[in-house]
Amino acid sequence: MKQEAHIGKFVGRPMERVEDAPLLAGQALFCDSLPTRPGVLHAAILRSPHAQAEILSIDTAEALRQPGVVAVLTGKEIKEDSDPFLIVLRKPMDQWSLAIDRVRFVGESVAVVVAKDRYVAEDALDYIKVAYKPLPAVIDAREAAKEGAPLVHPACGSNVVSERHFSYGDPDKAFAEADKVVELTIDYPRNSQTPLEGYVVMADYRQEDKVYDVVSNFQGPFTVHPVMSKALRVKGPQLRMRSPAYSGGGFGIKQAMFPYVVLMCIASKRVGRPVKWVEDRLEHLTAAIAAPNRVIRARAACKKDGKVTAFRFEQLDDYGAYLRPPMPGPLYRQHGIMTGGYDVKNMTITNRLVMTNKTPSGMVRGFGGPQIYYGLERLMQRVAVELGLDPLDVIRKNLIPAGSFPYRACAGALVESGDYQTAVAMAIRDGKLDELKARREKARAEGRLYGIGYAVVVEPAQSNMGYLSTINTVEERRKAGPKGGNVAYATVAVDPLGGVSVTADSLPQGQGHATVLSQVVADELGIDAADIVCNMERDTQRDPWSIATGNYSSRFSSATAVSALHAARKVRAKMARIAAHVLGVPAERIGFAEGKVFCIEDPEKSLRFSRVAGTAHWSPSELPPGMEPGMTEIGVWSAPEIEPPNDADQINTSLTYGFVFDICGLEVDRDTGKIRIDRYITTHDSGVLLNPLLANGQIYGGFGWGVGAALSEQFVYGEDGSFLSGTFSDYLCPTACEVPEPQILHMETPSPLTPLGAKGIGEGSVMSTPVCIANAFADATGIKDVKLPLNPWKVAALIQGEEPPRPKGQAAPARARTSGKGLQGEGSAFVPATPEQVWATLINPEKLAQVIPGCSKLEAVGPNSYRAELSLGVGAVRGRFEARITLSNLKAPKSGVISGGLQGPLGSSEGVGNITLEAVSGGTQLNYDYGFDISGKVAAVGGRMLDGTARVIMKQFFERLASLTEGRAVAAAAPPPASWWKRLLKALGIAR
Amino acid sequence: MPQVTSDGRTLINFILNGKPASGQAEPRMLLSDFLRQVAGLTEVHVGCEHGICGACTLRIDGEPARSCLTFAVQIEGRRVDTVQSLLGPRGELNDLQAAFRKHHSLQCGYCTTGILMSATAFLEKNPNPGEEEIRDMLSGHICRCTGYVGMVRAIKEVVASRSAKSKVPA
Repeated sequence: MKQEAHIGKFVGRPMERVEDAPLLAGQALFCDSLPTRPGVLHAAILRSPHAQAEILSIDTAEALRQPGVVAVLTGKEIKEDSDPFLIVLRKPMDQWSLAIDRVRFVGESVAVVVAKDRYVAEDALDYIKVAYKPLPAVIDAREAAKEGAPLVHPACGSNVVSERHFSYGDPDKAFAEADKVVELTIDYPRNSQTPLEGYVVMADYRQEDKVYDVVSNFQGPFTVHPVMSKALRVKGPQLRMRSPAYSGGGFGIKQAMFPYVVLMCIASKRVGRPVKWVEDRLEHLTAAIAAPNRVIRARAACKKDGKVTAFRFEQLDDYGAYLRPPMPGPLYRQHGIMTGGYDVKNMTITNRLVMTNKTPSGMVRGFGGPQIYYGLERLMQRVAVELGLDPLDVIRKNLIPAGSFPYRACAGALVESGDYQTAVAMAIRDGKLDELKARREKARAEGRLYGIGYAVVVEPAQSNMGYLSTINTVEERRKAGPKGGNVAYATVAVDPLGGVSVTADSLPQGQGHATVLSQVVADELGIDAADIVCNMERDTQRDPWSIATGNYSSRFSSATAVSALHAARKVRAKMARIAAHVLGVPAERIGFAEGKVFCIEDPEKSLRFSRVAGTAHWSPSELPPGMEPGMTEIGVWSAPEIEPPNDADQINTSLTYGFVFDICGLEVDRDTGKIRIDRYITTHDSGVLLNPLLANGQIYGGFGWGVGAALSEQFVYGEDGSFLSGTFSDYLCPTACEVPEPQILHMETPSPLTPLGAKGIGEGSVMSTPVCIANAFADATGIKDVKLPLNPWKVAALIQGEEPPRPKGQAAPARARTSGKGLQGEGSAFVPATPEQVWATLINPEKLAQVIPGCSKLEAVGPNSYRAELSLGVGAVRGRFEARITLSNLKAPKSGVISGGLQGPLGSSEGVGNITLEAVSGGTQLNYDYGFDISGKVAAVGGRMLDGTARVIMKQFFERLASLTEGRAVAAAAPPPASWWKRLLKALGIAR
Repeated sequence: MPQVTSDGRTLINFILNGKPASGQAEPRMLLSDFLRQVAGLTEVHVGCEHGICGACTLRIDGEPARSCLTFAVQIEGRRVDTVQSLLGPRGELNDLQAAFRKHHSLQCGYCTTGILMSATAFLEKNPNPGEEEIRDMLSGHICRCTGYVGMVRAIKEVVASRSAKSKVPA
């Protein structure tokens, strides 16, 4: 049943966006297109190739000598000019804007070059020499949590830096009395919605007033502003943060750019000129942030009929190498609503926060929701499977009953309104579940793998700014003082000619906030939404802001839009008083419509909107007695319901709670493992929809990312911490061919807690989609442990079993174990010379220098131990490396071991190879195998090409060895590769 | 012969959105950087700099091209069209742009200018594509905001309205 929603002339209508024309014409100014002050310099950042290493020394002299380079900063300068960032926990785990003494993840900023342009700055990075002492790294969250694991922050004594236990109701009794306990452990992967526009920071230190003037696409929350100003050792107003009206996507991720803001501030102060930095894609994927990967052990106490009486959740959330504020938000943001859409009164939660040698975790759309609902909704599916019930029946049996709103969840959420049964019934009916079930039956009858999944999500919006204090004990909270609320600001101004302008604190990243603000204000003031100008830029020195300012937790429609409503109502009240004064009627009898201000009883008595507003500007003396002149009003809003946590650790983590119910039908291709989403129905109750066109846009977009998270997106690390997904060819975002169009259904149960009745709508689908797809996959295949992303090779392995072993005779020999982007290979070569002759070449440094591909210099540093300079390339990427080469276990002229390492701006490598020489007729048969690890940039961008490149380099090595031993000079170009073609023809019996 | 300045930059003459234009660039300068930093265009958006995301797509002699995979010196004497080329004489949006607005085909809008260039070239060659072909064309681009639904709808609508127009007897 659709409830009556508040619809105005503009609010509630699918109005086209006011933002679009400049974007479609290419005239919208994104941060990198904003004007810069003359003299601006450009920065490039040198990043760690190691997951964990001590920094022994950094030599910047040669980089500084490069033409166009103005400065090179390292941790030393950062330590002089700043303090470490404040963090949520009192733990010795300092983070600065550049690494100091130690690097803790691949991609960590180590040095910054400031130069006349970005090309020159990037070139100069190659000339910075950093000596590292690599240390053991820990990558897997479970391993990191174990006793004896390598420590990311040794001073903390453990990688588990926070552990809290919570208990609500009487879970022990419920579990003791359960008919069955259903248990499941899930691993949610590391991913990110990766905005197409990366971070942009322009910092300009103004010596005269000691102000850091920053323009960036930072998206808030401004809880981080004090973190930055304290790091810079200045008072808040001395850090001016400005942001443009247009941003190329945020999804939470542009919160985590604050270390770069501080870094560029210091760079600007050091060079006395403005400094600009634009992040590139490799930097973004490697080092921006990721949503935390999480392990959840989930248990449900169940009755035979499917009624769940209690939950136990043990969460291990991985924050990577540093805990950047406001982390660990994703672990606590939904604490009050961990029971989801279900009426379950008993629950325990154990939250453990673990550090690993990966990129720090941060805010990513959904902010803990995709992880939590993956655990909860997979568990509910397992309850049905293990009790032999229909998953939909189990869901319906446990939903919060209609009529019990406002509902206080056991962990503290105040779910203010809803009717979940009606929403589910609507989805079943309008989503044609019967038809979907018939499709499943038909497919299964034909032997195909087809499944149906469901997911229930309660979508929180407008975060309680005090939820993070739940991580502290009651005593600690008492000491620190209560934290709650979420303060929103907007201004509405009417100029002397009646022109209306609006500003607001929501820092939009593409959601269309200006459009909705126009709608809200237009309805209040009786003017056309198209006549309103919204300026969505923000400037902390001139505009009102709070710690809550920013674009996150779907706070716009329930917070910022409400503050604009308040500001518009203030303007309206003032204008009504002026009009009443002039028209001689009571102010409460004044109406606003069609650009007129009039007496409701006698519309003939009216004034032009512009005339009324003009009075406040042109002739303050004609205003009603006591009224302040001017026509600019600030609206402020924070709902009283978002209180600090209580002494029982209950917390109303958000102001509003919407409802999402999804149904997915999918088919799994038995041969390829490819998943085809056949139908997807997503049902939303987000309260009043302020603009249905934009609301649907949020759902389609959230669904699109949910499909990516379910099927293809994952940040992949090697065991040694090397980062292996540094391009969009490795980190696979879904395209129009992968994302089908879902069917959207709406109902609108207004929120009684927000004056517009709206809840949030930006995040529900990113929480529901991954688990709904996983549940459908589980239904199709019967598999319990479903790990995302469900890419074809993983699915194929799951449904077809392990690949059969290699046929006999082709088995690969055991080789050196590798741990990173590990490359292994083997081969053989024939040299028409005796083993003794080959051996002589191998141990002669001059000849060895010619044998090693790309070697420009080789010098002995000890017996059979060399230092060399090489130039090597992978695909289009070529770089200089310094190599250490040691020959050992030399058994002349039979066998030997070559080991060593490479280090350069593109990354580093450690490896070992075995060579054996065997005299055969006419010469020597050389057999070799090798295994080596690669980390740094090469591993991140070149993963797909490395195997081939390694084979080519090895082949070159032995070809050169052969030709040099024969006494010929190494040819500049490799001989034409006729051999494989001939071999193929030979194999086919066509040639001999 | 290309003209090379004393600091190694080359003078590049080309046709930008129908008008002669020129600028200097080092041989290694990317076309995307050249158009943004030298020619002063705001509509070329750089998303990945390795040719996957498609945000920087424009047309060179009519063919869609990634400006991040093209060197500036490669456009000497050639025609470069950006999204500005779609606008009417008074700067008004064309039918495709208007359809994008109507169907909420963009959110942050960062990928949009590139997609419009691919779609324009695609529709010139293939005025009556089916949805599958439209999606195949769009798969050369990454959009992180919209789930592509609005774009597919907008392009389908433009296909229908253009084909209805072309059937009207003169």
